[in-house]
Amino acid sequence: MRSKLGTLFDALLPVIATLAALVVGAVMLLILGVNPIEAYKALWDGAFGSANSLAETLVKATPLLLVALGICISFRADVINIGGEGQMIMGAILATWVGLTVTDAPGWLVIMLGLVAGFVGGAIWGGIPGLLKAYFNVNEILSTVMMNAIAVQLMNFLLRGPMIDPSQAELASKIPQTARLLDAFHLPRLVPTRLHLGALIAVALAFLVYILLWRTTLGYRIRAVGQNPHASRYAGIKVQRYVVLSLLLSGAFAGLAGVIQVYGVNYRMITDGSASGFTGSAGFNGIVAALFGQLHPILSIPASVLFGALLVGANSMQRAVQVPSALITALNGLVVVFVVSSEIWRRRRQRRRLAAAKEEESPPKPGQAEAPKKDAKP
Amino acid sequence: MKKFAWFLTLVLALSLVLSACGGATEPVVEEPVEVATEVVATEAPVMEPFRVAVVMPSAINDMAFSQSMYDALLRIQDEMGGPDYFDFVYSEGMFVVDDAAAAIRDYASQGFDLVIAHGSQYGSSLQEIAPDFPETSFAWGTTAETFGQPNIYAYEAASQEGGYVNGVLAATLSESNIIGVVGPIEVGDAKLYVDGFKAGVAATNPAATVNVNYIGSFSDVALASEAATTHIAAGADALTGTAQMVVGAIGKAEENNALWFGTQSNQSSLAPSVVVASQVYHWEVVLREIIANVKTGTLGGQSLKIDLANSGLVIEFNPDYALPAEAQALADTTIQGIIDGSIVITLP
Amino acid sequence: MISEIFSTTVLIGILASGIRLATPYLYAAIGETFGQRSGVLNLGVEGQMLLGAFAGFYVALKTGNLWLGVLAAMSVGALMGLVMAFVTVNLHAQQGISGIGFYLFGLGMSDLLFQKLMGTVETVSGFPAIHIPYLSDIPGIGPIFFGQNILVYGAYLLVPLAWFVLNKTTLGLKIRAVGENPDAADSLGVSVARVRYFTIILGGTLSGVAGASLSIALLNVFQQNMTSGLGFIAVALVYFGGWRPLGVLGGALLFSMVNSLQLWIQVLGIPIPSDIAVMMPYVLTILVLVLTVSRVRAPAALTRPFERED
Repeated sequence: MRSKLGTLFDALLPVIATLAALVVGAVMLLILGVNPIEAYKALWDGAFGSANSLAETLVKATPLLLVALGICISFRADVINIGGEGQMIMGAILATWVGLTVTDAPGWLVIMLGLVAGFVGGAIWGGIPGLLKAYFNVNEILSTVMMNAIAVQLMNFLLRGPMIDPSQAELASKIPQTARLLDAFHLPRLVPTRLHLGALIAVALAFLVYILLWRTTLGYRIRAVGQNPHASRYAGIKVQRYVVLSLLLSGAFAGLAGVIQVYGVNYRMITDGSASGFTGSAGFNGIVAALFGQLHPILSIPASVLFGALLVGANSMQRAVQVPSALITALNGLVVVFVVSSEIWRRRRQRRRLAAAKEEESPPKPGQAEAPKKDAKP
Repeated sequence: MKKFAWFLTLVLALSLVLSACGGATEPVVEEPVEVATEVVATEAPVMEPFRVAVVMPSAINDMAFSQSMYDALLRIQDEMGGPDYFDFVYSEGMFVVDDAAAAIRDYASQGFDLVIAHGSQYGSSLQEIAPDFPETSFAWGTTAETFGQPNIYAYEAASQEGGYVNGVLAATLSESNIIGVVGPIEVGDAKLYVDGFKAGVAATNPAATVNVNYIGSFSDVALASEAATTHIAAGADALTGTAQMVVGAIGKAEENNALWFGTQSNQSSLAPSVVVASQVYHWEVVLREIIANVKTGTLGGQSLKIDLANSGLVIEFNPDYALPAEAQALADTTIQGIIDGSIVITLP
Repeated sequence: MISEIFSTTVLIGILASGIRLATPYLYAAIGETFGQRSGVLNLGVEGQMLLGAFAGFYVALKTGNLWLGVLAAMSVGALMGLVMAFVTVNLHAQQGISGIGFYLFGLGMSDLLFQKLMGTVETVSGFPAIHIPYLSDIPGIGPIFFGQNILVYGAYLLVPLAWFVLNKTTLGLKIRAVGENPDAADSLGVSVARVRYFTIILGGTLSGVAGASLSIALLNVFQQNMTSGLGFIAVALVYFGGWRPLGVLGGALLFSMVNSLQLWIQVLGIPIPSDIAVMMPYVLTILVLVLTVSRVRAPAALTRPFERED
């Protein structure tokens, strides 16, 4: 019973940490002359208060989940992928191009092609840093930061040039957006809200990633490379190849996030020229969501929903009590720091549990090897 | 651990299904109420203020796009007698299209009389949202497109007009005949202004060179300042620029005694010794018309524009800069020429 | 047209702009180098810079004293560094993610404080250019190298200073040991925690100064999000520079000079689309690193929290 309670505590740790951060936020709200109770009620309502709110939360969470899945893969290979922003953009560009070019084909086919295109686009943009790391020793933090900026400029170039909406091209003021995808190519809505099929696709993919990481050889090797590259190499695993592969896959999922935004939400690709006008920082927020989900694909589902709820609810709070949106940004930062800091308790408890479990086991018989799992399946 | 994850996912899925079964809530919309415009002598009637919500992509003090709308709303509030008659709320910093769409929809469902989507990137979202709220009036800028919707007003600024005037002045006052432009990205309002500026220079002094630099960002102040420095090193003694990051460029202009021509807001305070004139946006000109229309029941379907003719665009000269009389006269003639149509600005 | 680039005016212009643009990158990247050398990754540099930029600007604006502004920026940066150190060293938080959290916090707080305390964009008289006698009179390059303001000089003096500390002092030895093999260092009596606290707080302080170098020396203005990604580039430059101050200097100068090159390309009217031109510094940074294939290894303990084995 105690251990079940403990497991519950561990799982709710991010929630508790979020609440702690919101307490600090309450102080800031008070200083600004806002009633924190009223504010946080608005936050809750904005995230969960109605069918529409819940739909908004899930729509916001979907790209987070997709990016998080990619992060789960890459972090398991001990590769840091902060290039989600750029990979999302490239996936979206390719998928949009497909959707605008292949116009006389059935809707479901174009959607599938779009998803594949997004996967490929993101994979390329993730694969390049992967190759650079594996074969040229270019650190992935450097290459992905640079590639993010390059992707934004490429997007600006394409969206105000070759890919611009023909109706915009004639106007004197050109809005950097593409033409709208045909109605047939929109991801169908699930309920009469903004919630779309992409959410289900993302959840299905989460399970697929779980299977990939723990039930396939590929997944095993990725995890092995992450845990102990030397031993892996000794065991015959080509470490370089799996480093590249993990970044490639990670980028591919971020690319899918981009596709979903285009096919399911905006029905076109549009930007304002800023670095995160299109992505909404999903490339970074997805990393946070992955961490909230302990880098586990299934846990990333509730983690993404919770983080999406926070983002949506906070914006709703801004509207309701009219606080500056800067406060919302700072609050998001606080939540991230608090949740990340709270991990220590989960790790301590896990270690205590492992130690206790070891004591309970009978000592191994002489000659029988004991294989302690450092990275036990949660 | 795994079991709990399944459980949590199941709970979330269940709550999603349940809330979907609960059905979408109907948006509750208040009817716009007629507000007495004459001053009432004796008792103050119980009245509803005209309520406006505005969604903006940048900060309300960005000395550029968003500030111009915020200031205009404040002026309207003043004109109409204060928050009792005119009330507005805002969401700024909404550069993410998705978040802005959620904001617009939220405000609409709260029953505001007018929801202003002050950003050209919001159009796509507005197209989806406006039909769902037929009793709410929407205004979208800067653009001319209303999507044929009866409840969308489109508004734009003919910023090329002020650009033209600034260009004429710059070409007249420049001694090196090299003029520099610092822009963010070559789209929208920025492009209009810069194209108008170049036309103005070309019309006044075809031999003058205009060097244009789009720095690729709306917020990189350091790059904007170095762009200005580069222009100056290339010989420019008059500069202009648009969007909020030009505050960096203005500083360099002052340092090097290069003249500055501003747009979107009055930038004289940033460099009193070198700012010659600024094209100030007075959105209240279109706002007044929209509000009046909404009160009489016309919720949209029109495109409006601020330009020199309707005083929506005003060239505000810097009193601290001693503008030679001939230049002032030329500016005035140019403005008049644009207003009465004798000067036609051809854009690429 | 392309040949115009090789004229003296342009080359000097690129050099001058590059040296100025590189200043905040240098402060931030050198600070981050200390941290990473001791095994800590800080992605929150941008947040520290923004808060430092605002603190420096506001204090300078209100007191009229620029040095108080620098002090304020340093204090704010150090404070954020202190919190980051606690979160990293004592709570063993995931370093990449905690950095993002600090970034968001710094971004939001600096914006919020700016709106509430100032409300509108203002300018200050920042640090003036200091002309070193005789040297700054050298035609062409004189003003560039010997006519900058004090914070620019500071950034460049920081490089040999950092090199000296890291390579020639006991402190530097400890820092490097902690970054390579914290267990061994610990067993030799070096307090891993104390060293990391020092480097993280130092990094925060320098990030604060980087922000101040923008708001009260180079640009003399504060605006929301004025750094616009600078902090992240600075972190990337540490990797580019191979965790060596001299390498970081090279990276900062390369990036900044290519940036000013692309400005000139646009000003000279060379027909490259503006977006492609803006891409150049980023593409070139990767290219240079690819071409100079180095075998420099990261500090072995980078991003790994240190826990004393029982």
